[in-house]
Amino acid sequence: MLNLHKDHKNLVLLAFSVFVALSIGVAIIPAYQMEEYEPIPGQKDLTAQERRGLNIYIAEGCVGCHTQQVRNIEMDKTWGERPSLASDYFYSKKRMDIWRQSPSLLGSERTGPDLTDIGNRQPSEQWHLLHLYNPRLVIEASVMPRYSWLFKEVDTLDVKDDDVTLPRSITKMKDSYIMVAKPEALDLVAYLKGLQQFSFDDYEPPMDFIPALPKTENSASSGASTKKSLGASLYQNNCAACHQTTGRGVKGAFPPLAGSLIVNNKDPEKLIKIILMGYDARQEYGVMSAFADKLTDEEIKAIADHERSSWGNSAPKVPLETIVKLRDSINKIPKTQ
Amino acid sequence: MKINYLLIIFLQENINTENWLSSPGVIGTIVLVFIILFLGLFIFIKRLNIYVDNLNKSRKNLTEEEFEKRLVNFDEEKVNEILELRQQGFNYKQKPNTIVRESKNSGFIKKIINPKNPLFDEKTKSTVKIEISKELRQIVIWFLSAAVFWLIFGTLVGQYVGMKFVWPDMDNTSWLSFGRLRPVHTNTVFWGWASMAMIGLGHYVVSRTSNREIFNYKRSKTAFWFMNSAVLLGNLFLMAGINNGGGEYREYIWPIMALFAIGLVLIFLNFYKTVAQRKISEIYISNWFILASLIWTTVLTFIGYFPDYQEGLGETVIQGYYMHQGVGMWFMTFTLGLVYYFLPSSLNKPIYSYSLGVLAFWTQMLFYTLIGTHHFVFSPLPWWLQTVAIVFSAGMFIPVFAGSTNFFMTMRGSWNHISKSYVLPFFLVGVVFYFVGSVQGSFQAFRFTNYLWHFTDFNVAHSHMTMYGIITFLMWACIYSILPKITGNEPPQNLVGSHFWLAFIGLFAYMISLMVGGTLKGLSWIEGNPFIESVILMENFWVWRAVGGSLMFISHIIFGYNFYLMVRKKEGTKSSQKQQLEAQTN
Repeated sequence: MLNLHKDHKNLVLLAFSVFVALSIGVAIIPAYQMEEYEPIPGQKDLTAQERRGLNIYIAEGCVGCHTQQVRNIEMDKTWGERPSLASDYFYSKKRMDIWRQSPSLLGSERTGPDLTDIGNRQPSEQWHLLHLYNPRLVIEASVMPRYSWLFKEVDTLDVKDDDVTLPRSITKMKDSYIMVAKPEALDLVAYLKGLQQFSFDDYEPPMDFIPALPKTENSASSGASTKKSLGASLYQNNCAACHQTTGRGVKGAFPPLAGSLIVNNKDPEKLIKIILMGYDARQEYGVMSAFADKLTDEEIKAIADHERSSWGNSAPKVPLETIVKLRDSINKIPKTQ
Repeated sequence: MKINYLLIIFLQENINTENWLSSPGVIGTIVLVFIILFLGLFIFIKRLNIYVDNLNKSRKNLTEEEFEKRLVNFDEEKVNEILELRQQGFNYKQKPNTIVRESKNSGFIKKIINPKNPLFDEKTKSTVKIEISKELRQIVIWFLSAAVFWLIFGTLVGQYVGMKFVWPDMDNTSWLSFGRLRPVHTNTVFWGWASMAMIGLGHYVVSRTSNREIFNYKRSKTAFWFMNSAVLLGNLFLMAGINNGGGEYREYIWPIMALFAIGLVLIFLNFYKTVAQRKISEIYISNWFILASLIWTTVLTFIGYFPDYQEGLGETVIQGYYMHQGVGMWFMTFTLGLVYYFLPSSLNKPIYSYSLGVLAFWTQMLFYTLIGTHHFVFSPLPWWLQTVAIVFSAGMFIPVFAGSTNFFMTMRGSWNHISKSYVLPFFLVGVVFYFVGSVQGSFQAFRFTNYLWHFTDFNVAHSHMTMYGIITFLMWACIYSILPKITGNEPPQNLVGSHFWLAFIGLFAYMISLMVGGTLKGLSWIEGNPFIESVILMENFWVWRAVGGSLMFISHIIFGYNFYLMVRKKEGTKSSQKQQLEAQTN
């Protein structure tokens, strides 16, 4: 009938039309369907600065190593409160300009961490700038490239009031020079800080994680050892980016915890207050954000105990009641920010 | 990454990292890796056999000293006999236009064999020169020269980028940074190396199987300039930080990809008209694959770049479709078409089953097209789309089995070719990887294996198994099988051999290190360890990857030299045009 072995016209037409039909069904129609999604009520659009930052994010190829999708499986719980939804990408995945399409933010490789919620995990601008300038200043084992071309050397005398600078001691500047973040760096950091998974607050998240069903028989026997490292792993996930795994901090940016008077104080009140409310009392160090909303009392206890018993520190454990009490008293303070 | 969503829904199996080694997907993958290892051993032992044979032979042979001793001890009668033979040789006059082998004692030296070097013993040259038109030879060499250039450039970039995992502070230059160079590497080997090589070889296949000249050589040359300028400009733009949005293989912005697409259309029309005016009634199966892949890829490029449905996650749907089809409909389909011609022709026998080839063709189109979304399983894409992708991923077994059975059965009984030349080893590795790489992909369909491997370096290992193990090895097989026949120059076996072994061992090291490292990384994530630990544990595996990559890159330089030997102008011959051409294209 079609005589495909001899009729080249039919052969090519058939191959062409079946392929087009399949493509419409499997790519074009679903793509149009995905466009019908609407933003979650209350979800914010990117600011102009964040959008410029997104452009840099794409131009530098950050998507090659960083994903922005929390899958509905348990190991992704670290990266967000809930699995990502199509609506999450409503504002970020828009065509960039006439030359460039909507950015491929979901990514396919996690050489670096997922960034869906990096703005919540790491809200410090100073940290982000230092990290972009040289990732190994803040995370020793990082293999991320340096983005030093987003910064420029300026004479200290020429620094303007609104310039954002990097601490001279860490960047090892000579003479009177100092590193100033170019607008591109500030845009990119604004974008990264704006990457915060939209929280549903009281609503049930529409999807839940597919659990990994952790080892049931084994958990009893190894329970003790996991408990012991709970504080260490919480510390690693929440604190080590700035204060470092070694507890030594980064000179000129993030204070050391090893040998710190606050950490080692017999009365843990100030330490717990700092963890709950954040800290910005000392000029020479970056701002610490508040963790009251991110960590439970038990988790704060585990972290504090870990800090007070590591790197040569030796202070008594923190009673849980202290944390509960402090949290209550903080909650009573009217928010006057 | 293939993953079986259905399995998740229907089988409530426990994901348990305790006995991850006994999970079916992992076991299957280990088995497949051993297939590759045995393949390497098989070829190695075959070659070793000849080496040992030769060694024994040369032991029996006279060494120079013994030869001198015998010469001194010769009696007069024997000496006279030899001198007489020599005299015959002096008196012999070669008639014009005859073959030298006419007289036994003509005095011509036919071949010089150094008995002291049995390892690199020259095999009998199989080269039967095939007479083809100057234009056809020229266009094949144009495209192949560009391909070789892009291979060396692209893998140099790949090697550099791979080293950055070990030494992240190698440079601080914006246009040499990892994020910008990574797409340069992938796009160059895709659109530069593999595409140019396929199109160059495609010209030969289409012309030979249609038994006529290519319809219009000028048009092919125009396409050549369009496509190569696309790769060149595209790479410059990528290094300047201008890319389409970071989606894999879609990093060139549309005006540049349009240049490439124009080239595709020109080549398609050229091939189509050649086939239309063929001088034999049947359309050979290779042409099915080649014509279809050209037209499918044109459609694919259009769909991939058309903006109307690409806001929000629409872009992600298209991305999954595009990047999978780029591999499946362009590289895989075109390459299979080439193998259907070059494998039987280099073994001098017909393909095992023509109808199996036809089956592979239609199933390739049906199943491959539908499975793009398996790159985004567990993502917020529609559930039904993921299911379709997974079901048809399993269906991919049909074209893969049909294709690899066909090739293996064609090779059956010709294993001795392995000891004669390196063409069959290249084919064999490519075909085994076709089987292993595709089946391995489907093993990732098990719930646990996807859970374990997605987002890790295992992906990188998988893509090198396919684009390198399958496509690149098959390209080399085709080039080594045809180029000496149309230029009359064969590269020395020892160089082809070192190319083969460096590439094979390099790829093996590359893939094993990333597979093991990727698995450990996935386990570390499942355990809930801090992320940075998964970076630290990869350190050594990245070193081994860089070592494997270096071997691969060295093999490409050897290949480049072999290629030069094959196309270079022989002194005193007429092909001075060819040299000009090389100057142009390199």
